Amino acid sequence: MAKEQTEKESPGVRAWAPAVALGWLVPGGGHLLLKKTGRGVLLLVAITAMFLCGLMMRGTMFTPQGEDLLTVLINWGGWVGDVCGGVLYLMTVWLGYAQPDVAGHVHDYGTKFLVTAGLLNLLAMVDAFEIARGRKS
Amino acid sequence: MPKMNLSHFEAAFLFSLLVSVVLGVVTKNTDRERLHYGVYTFVCFLLALFGIGWLMYLGHG
Repeated sequence: MAKEQTEKESPGVRAWAPAVALGWLVPGGGHLLLKKTGRGVLLLVAITAMFLCGLMMRGTMFTPQGEDLLTVLINWGGWVGDVCGGVLYLMTVWLGYAQPDVAGHVHDYGTKFLVTAGLLNLLAMVDAFEIARGRKS
Repeated sequence: MPKMNLSHFEAAFLFSLLVSVVLGVVTKNTDRERLHYGVYTFVCFLLALFGIGWLMYLGHG
């Protein structure tokens, strides 16, 4: 009974899924869909800038591979972070970006910028989810 | 695509700025709180940047 009441009160998947999906594809897209224009534009600019800086620093994209546990965790974790970048990641891969992992602090920062851009987009997706569910304004 | 060649400080500064903007946007409920939190996280990043930088400099001998 209580469960039914909770389900009636909280919006269903159709309320939040488009915002979360668009939020993954386009950084800040979920917020824009939910008419939070100012926040959506800020997220779009900040996350895209971070991703582009990572590319201009010639950061490496992770690929899901590895043999020992630590390497698997690093590569798979980094790959998930990269994929969270949405269309930025997809376009980069489609356009054939394949920077090898080379020594140097600029490349290293670039790799971190690319992964962090994806992880920040994940935070934006969670925020869009909470707004769509009515938990946040 | 042009190549960016930043120093450690420039890269860390840029990282702090962009992360602070996103953290400010996604964490709080009002615009005022968001602005305060964004500035707060940026200042924290900079303090950590300078603090750890000095620690490494002094620890290096």
